Amino acid sequence: MKTKLSVKNLYKIFGQHPDKALKLLDAGKDKDEIFDETGQAVGVQNASFDIKEGEIFVIMGLSGSGKSTIVRMLNRLIEPTQGQVLLDGVDIAKMNDEELRQIRLHKISMVFQSFALMPHLTVRENVSFGLGLAAEIEHAEQVKRADEALERVGLLANGDSFPSELSGGMQQRVGLARALCINPDVLLMDEAFSALDPLIRSEMQDELLRLQAEDRRTIVFISHDLDEAVRIGDRIAIMQDGVVVQVGTPDDIINSPANDYVRSFFRGVDISTVLSAKDLAQTQQPIIIQKQSTQCLNSALQQLQGADEHYGYVVDEQHQFVGVVSTDSIESAQQSNLLMGDAYLSSPDKILFDTPVSQLISAVAHAPCAPPVVDDSGKLIGVISKTLLLDALDRQETQNESR
Amino acid sequence: MSQDNAWAVPDDTQESDYLSAKSAQDERAYSLLEPFDVDGGIIPLDQGVDILIDAVVPVLRPVFQIMAQPIGWCLNAIEYTLLLIPAPLAIILLALIAWKLSTKKIAIGTGLGLLMVGLIGAWNEAMVTLSLVITSLFFCILIGLPIGIWLSRSDRALSIVRPILDAMQTTPAFVYLIPIVMLFSPGKVAGVVVTIIFAVPPMIRLTNLGIRQVPEDLIEAAKAFGTNRRQLLLKVQLPLAMPTIMAGVNQTLMLGLSMVVIASMIAVPGLGLMVLQGIGRNDIGIATVGGLGIVVLAIALDRITQHIGNQRA
Repeated sequence: MKTKLSVKNLYKIFGQHPDKALKLLDAGKDKDEIFDETGQAVGVQNASFDIKEGEIFVIMGLSGSGKSTIVRMLNRLIEPTQGQVLLDGVDIAKMNDEELRQIRLHKISMVFQSFALMPHLTVRENVSFGLGLAAEIEHAEQVKRADEALERVGLLANGDSFPSELSGGMQQRVGLARALCINPDVLLMDEAFSALDPLIRSEMQDELLRLQAEDRRTIVFISHDLDEAVRIGDRIAIMQDGVVVQVGTPDDIINSPANDYVRSFFRGVDISTVLSAKDLAQTQQPIIIQKQSTQCLNSALQQLQGADEHYGYVVDEQHQFVGVVSTDSIESAQQSNLLMGDAYLSSPDKILFDTPVSQLISAVAHAPCAPPVVDDSGKLIGVISKTLLLDALDRQETQNESR
Repeated sequence: MSQDNAWAVPDDTQESDYLSAKSAQDERAYSLLEPFDVDGGIIPLDQGVDILIDAVVPVLRPVFQIMAQPIGWCLNAIEYTLLLIPAPLAIILLALIAWKLSTKKIAIGTGLGLLMVGLIGAWNEAMVTLSLVITSLFFCILIGLPIGIWLSRSDRALSIVRPILDAMQTTPAFVYLIPIVMLFSPGKVAGVVVTIIFAVPPMIRLTNLGIRQVPEDLIEAAKAFGTNRRQLLLKVQLPLAMPTIMAGVNQTLMLGLSMVVIASMIAVPGLGLMVLQGIGRNDIGIATVGGLGIVVLAIALDRITQHIGNQRA
């Protein structure tokens, strides 16, 4: 996938003398030492990451970790001290005021934690706010596009209301409609759902995923909530004290956290909802029986007995999963002169790769052997044994205890 | 006779003793223990100001006379219109304007108040005063709004202008009354200028305050969607600051009305002059008529502008 937005060696120093702080940073001093010495606050230091077109990129961190600063440097609500922000290869950090204004009018829009709707404008006027600033769009067109945006978030009927007449969730839908109305390439969402209560928040997350399925927009989402990040993020960047400590898919980060800070995010998080079948299945190699011909019952039996295993997983030439056999089922098939196809067991059933671990506990527990996991084309990825599942759940227990 | 002596002026010897004692004091050497006990002050500010005024007034007078022109035109136009319309019609028109700007109740109050002003025989004076106050307000907004906007954008400018505003509001009007008359000649225009000096500070202060009070997240959101400075001001800052700015308009009007009597000392006609004449002739009656007229105008204008401010909020 093409890179949409690229952040290169981005720094933000708050204060009158950023040069002094930059020098000390180069000398390897940390944030607190620099503040004591120069009075300059390091907001973000040496952040670099690429955001791909059409992905939801979540920047996560505790408050004060610089995540809100970094997102504001993407549209220069905060001026970067040093470094580049490349949108389609063009450096936003070097643009003059008018170029920057064009980017804000047409390319990048933003949704705010506090909603930040104009109280003196109606919902419709709020949504068309961005369009109204670009002189070239006629009023009738503005109204039409505002109504389209409102319809997408399900608030068409509230166009003439004032923001104060709406609930928090509805207000943030207006905020979302306002950002979508200019049809931006990049949508910045600064803790957009953090001010909402949990039920409305997950409703809004669904709404965002639904909208995202429709237009595959590039979204940069700031959050301090891991569940949210894992739920909506294609990739996650984790920030600590102004530094990006890890960038990766949710699975990468959960399975191999870069440091204790990253690990600490997952304490108390129910790993069984975060991990999916493929995360466990990949780790254990079962006995794979290649289904070559109908005359392979003998060789299959030998393969199983040679490995001292009771069960085998049969795949075809394309590595597509076909069925599970056991030494018993092969032997009984041989006695009755039957073919391989008759030796397959009725249980266990195959498991799809993206099934959350929490939903496969009973399937694994009740199966006679480890159930096979397949990807969306039916290829065998691996199996999940009871031992493996218990290990994974146990790892979470120990993490929670060590908190 | 002893009684006469008791009431008598102190005799000459005592008087001359007192004077000579004073003159003796004057001749005394400068003492660091009483460092400020010098006739005319160590820094002769009073003489300095006198010299400055004498030097500057002849030079600047023509300039100020030209500056006074628009004030004069505006004032005369409003006054002429108000006095041209027959009083009953004017009362109805003003009540209708009040209705349009505020509520029916306030409109009825305004009409009845004006009717009473007419009945007690202060109609023409009230209209003269009203035109003076409206002209002052117009120029206060014209001057105050841009300065307020400027101050809201620059902390440095605010720190410089703030003490000037303090001085404008606290310096007794009598101090600048004379220089103003020297520059503008006595009359209505000088009256408007004096009123502006006294009444413009709240307009400036509250415009500045209103704009600074616009929530930062709304400013940020507006910028994120690509507003330039002008759009930010016109579409976000001014509309959201409007209730506070209207409070400034209200304050400016009230201060303007309170200057009416002082302005009458430099030959400004109207209700203020009635009060001044009443005091001068020891005629409580006419002073009360003028005073009542001012109160009626003040209450009506206050209620109307307050309503506009609350409506916006």
